[in-house]
Formats: sequence, C-alpha cells, structure tokens
Amino acid sequence: MPAMTATPPVIRLEAVTRVYNAGQNAVQALAGIDLVIEAGEMVAIMGASGSGKSTMMNILGCLDSPTGGRYELDGTSVTGLTRNELADLRSRKLGFVFQGFNLLSRTTALENVELPLLYDRSGRFFGKESPAPAALRRVGLAERMHHVPSELSGGQQQRVAIARALVTSPSLILADEPTGNLDTRTSVEIMALFQELNAQGITIVLVTHEHDIAEHARRIVEMRDGRIVRDTPVANRRDAARDLAAAGAAA
Amino acid sequence: MRKRALFGIATRSILRNKLRTLLTMLGIVIGVAAVIVMVALGQGAQSMIEQQIKGLGTNMLMVMAGSTSQGGVSQGAGTFNRLTIPDAEKLAREGTTLAAVSPVIFSRGQLIGGAGNWRTSIMGVSPAYQAIRDWSTRSGSFFTEADLRAVRRVVVLGSTVADALFPDADPVGQQVQLRNVPFTVIGVMTPKGQTAGGNDQDDTVIIPYTTAQAHLAGHSRIGQIIASTFSPGDIPAAQEEIRSIMRESHKLAPGEDDDFTIRNQDDIAAAASGTTRVMSMLLAAIASISLVVGGIGIMNIMLVSVTERTREIGIRMAIGARSGDVLAQFLVESIVISVAGGLIGIVLGYAAGIGLARATGWAVAMPPEAALIAVLFSAAVGVFFGFYPARKAAALDPIQALRYE
Repeated sequence: MPAMTATPPVIRLEAVTRVYNAGQNAVQALAGIDLVIEAGEMVAIMGASGSGKSTMMNILGCLDSPTGGRYELDGTSVTGLTRNELADLRSRKLGFVFQGFNLLSRTTALENVELPLLYDRSGRFFGKESPAPAALRRVGLAERMHHVPSELSGGQQQRVAIARALVTSPSLILADEPTGNLDTRTSVEIMALFQELNAQGITIVLVTHEHDIAEHARRIVEMRDGRIVRDTPVANRRDAARDLAAAGAAA
Repeated sequence: MRKRALFGIATRSILRNKLRTLLTMLGIVIGVAAVIVMVALGQGAQSMIEQQIKGLGTNMLMVMAGSTSQGGVSQGAGTFNRLTIPDAEKLAREGTTLAAVSPVIFSRGQLIGGAGNWRTSIMGVSPAYQAIRDWSTRSGSFFTEADLRAVRRVVVLGSTVADALFPDADPVGQQVQLRNVPFTVIGVMTPKGQTAGGNDQDDTVIIPYTTAQAHLAGHSRIGQIIASTFSPGDIPAAQEEIRSIMRESHKLAPGEDDDFTIRNQDDIAAAASGTTRVMSMLLAAIASISLVVGGIGIMNIMLVSVTERTREIGIRMAIGARSGDVLAQFLVESIVISVAGGLIGIVLGYAAGIGLARATGWAVAMPPEAALIAVLFSAAVGVFFGFYPARKAAALDPIQALRYE
C-alpha cells in the first residue's frame, strides 16, 4: 500500500532524546532522532549493542517515554501520556514480536493469541466473532491452535507471537530481533511471513543486528551512539519466499 | 477487562500449581475450620446449658438466704441462714402469682438397702416440688400433702440411686435406711441428666421436708425456696411479690436491705452461659489467629508468584494491559485461593464438629451464619494479604519486566 498524502505517517519522531539517570551519571541513549515511517513501510533498525536501538524500540513501542522531542504514533502525540494512556495506545495501535517469543507457557496458541483482546477497551471486538483463529490461519498455524508452546517448534512459537501481534489489526508491528533465537532456515521462513504480511499492507518495524535479516526490509535505518547515521532504501531486497523455494529445489 | 475472563485467568494460574496452591490454602482451611469448630462447640455448650436450665423447671424462681449486696458491699448469696419454713408457707399462702412453692432442705447421707449402700444427697421438699421442677416419676409416685403432714418416712429415689441399689428390680415398696432411719420407697424419678456444672441431678433422694426436719437434719436449715409462676410473663411480677412477702416475713424496715436473693431461670442461664460465651469467644479468637497466619502464607506465595511471573506481567503490559488489570488479576487470584480455602475449611470444620459430637458426646451447634462469616472473612483475608503483592505486580515497569530472566 503506497503512502498517501492524506494519511499521517505511522511514526513521526522529531528531535527525540532519551536520557537515563539524569544528573551526573547521565547516559544519553538517544541524542536527537528524526524519523518518519509511512504506512505500509517495512523498516529495519540496525545497530550494534549500545547504539540506542533498544531504547528506540521501547519508545516506538510506547513502553518508554522520550525525555525530549516529539513522538506521534499514527497521528496521536505520545508525549506526556500517563501509564494507562500508554497501555491503551499499545492495545489499540501496536503489535509486539519479541526475540524470546514471550508466549504464556501452558497456555494454548489460541489463548495466547486471544490475550490482547482481553485488554481491549475500545469495544471494537465486542459481540463479534473472535479474530484469533483467523490470525492463526494467517500465519499458517490453523492446525496447531490448541497446542501449548512446549509442543511447538521455535518457528511455530514465533508464528503464534506474530498472530498475537496481528490479532488487534494494529497500525504497526514492532519486531525486536524476531529471528534471534531461530536457525537460519526458520529465520528465512519468519522473514517470508513478515514480507507477506507487509505485502498485505501491514507496517512493520524490526530491530536486528544481522544484515542478512535487515535486507528483507524495504528500508534500513542504522544507528550508532544514539543517532541515526544512515537511512537508505534496500537496493537488492531479499525475497525470503523465493530463497526458500530455491533452497527447497537445491535440496 | 471482562470479569469472567479475569476469574478464568486466576483459576487457571492457580490450577497450574496445584500442590503449591493446596499448601497455601491449607492455612486458610485450617483457620476457618478451627474457627467453625470453636464456634460450634461454644454454641453447643451454650445451648446445652440453656436447655439444662430450662430443665430445672418451668417458670421457676429461687429464693436464697442472704443478699448479693448489702450497702454496696457484696456479701454473696447464702451468707445468712435466714430462710424458714414459715417463709415458704407464707409465700404459698399469700403469693397470688405463684402456682407452687416448695422449701428445699439440703443434706447428705448414706442410703442402705437393696444391693448395698450409697452416699447421696437428700432433699426435703413439699409435693409442689414435683410440679415446679417439671419432673415425673418413672415408677411409683411422688409423695402427697398427706405424707407431708403426717411426717411419713417415705422416699422417692433419683434414677442413679435406684439403679445403683436396685439394678434388677423395681425398688417401689422396698424398705431402705436413710441415715439409719427406715424409709419406704414409694417412687423413682425419671432421669434428668447432669446440670450445667456437671452434677448428676439423679444422684439424690427426695423426702417430705417435715420428715427431713424430724428425722434427719435436726434443724430447719433451708437452702432455698423454689416457686413457679403460672406463666413466664408473671415472673417479673412474681419476683416483686416474693420480695414484698419475704420482707414482711423477715420484718425488714423500709430502707433496710434485703437479706435474701431472688433469682429467676434467666438470671441463672445468663450467669452460666456468660462463662461459656467468654470461653468460646476466646477459643474463636485464638483460632482466628491461624486465619491471619494463613493470610500471611497467601501473601508470601503471591509475592513469589509475582516474582516468578514478572515476564508474564511484562508481556501482558506490552500487549495493552493497564496496571489496574494486572492488579485485579493478582488480587482475584489471592481472593480465589482464600475463598476456596474458606469453603474447604467450612466443610472440614462442620465435618470435624459432627465427628467431635459423635466421638465425645459434646453438644455441637452449627450456626449457618458462621459459614457466611467465614467466607466473607476469608475473602477479606484474600484482599488484605493479596493487595500488597498485586500492587507490586501492577507497579512493575514493562521494559524491566520483559527483560527479567
């Protein structure tokens, strides 16, 4: 879905700073970030550890508030919101995918995916058919709905996590090292899923330190010492689905 | 967040750790069961005492020598021996509210006859005594006014005495010796059981008071005069009437203190059950300490649970749970644990109460409101001791919580 001029960008950061431990031992994790991500984009944020990408992720995910500057998420200003307002914003507009999957153990895939619906306050799912089975179908796990995480492979667990991020139809999916705990082949599978979802119009921001993974995105933002040092479109974008098909043929 | 979902989350996470939950509940289970058993025993004892005091007789009043208070200084009942047969006769003659009046002369002595001999208490009374005490005979009959006036040596045996001396035969018509004076047994009373104080009311023999004065005591020491009214409503009026007749009989000047004490059954019941009430309240209070201990156990486990599930809390917050949602989740969890423990405790407490009643023969009363109070109290324990861990969970920072290993 191409960005339209009428719709606000999904993310607009203006001179965002984040300082930890204000005072003598102050650490500036973000030193003035300007970034615009339009709807339908797939952006990879890269950087070594200590580059500020985790802080960036927390701020984009409304888990943390910037010390200075402005952050607008899908047209809503995030600056100065209370804890509860941030929680509601996460519930309405965001989907998270973590490195460690972060599923509730001893809870079935379906129940895990239904979890965000429990905390929805907009009432938009009230009295309607649960979107959870459809979300699981979308990630190719229709057959595994009633399995608990320990009965699923790592790739399948990450698919459940993606379904959980999808279920509330968020404006943005934030993926923090989504392939960090997966082997190469499974990583490519997960990236194929992300690319497929992005092709369907879902905005995705993923944080990674692996160049191979980042090249599945349309745009790479590189960070160092709390600043954006490079922001370029991906020239030779990897097509995970095609790579998988090629690998399958080779084998 | 939907309430049913909240309850579902709580029960599921409780069931996930069955053994731990069970052990945590145990404190509340034992606490509630202990309180219920104690309350049941206390109430049982109280109602038993009340029943026994009712069993003393119907609409009964008791006059004792001495005054409980003379010029503000308590002397205790029975301080002075100032009750006489003329007092009793005057009461019987002039009391308009009194249905029956009988003096009671207390004594003790050896009874010889039948299988051997038996030391027992001897009561010298008038025939009205039977009606006042509402006490029927098992065989034979009570003595009559004629026996009284003729000072006949007739005796009615209490059932304990009858069973001890005449285990196989009906003693009616047999000759016995009471303090070496020959008596004829004319009746045996039905068993009345123990008093609240544990005395066997059936370990006694009853003779006409005239006979007691003439042949046994050698003096007219009257322990008490008992009387009954026509109806329970008459008791206050009767009390006043007895007082004025007694004052007249004792020639007390106006302003002079009573030299006797009048007690009705309610006074006696109140005195007796007051002791047991204090006792049972004390026991219940001690038992409820274990409820508090149980609550601390819940708090402890909830704190462990919050630490263990820090990551889960982080996940829930990341996907949109408010602090209040997390608070509610853990609070509901501790309430479910404590209320479930309370319910098990009620069942266990009632079972223990019934078992105790069967095994020991103690009276046990199971007040239904005790169950309700127990449930509410255990819910309150859940809220009180669950609040701190729940608030700790709710105050977690989602970023820290997600990173928690």
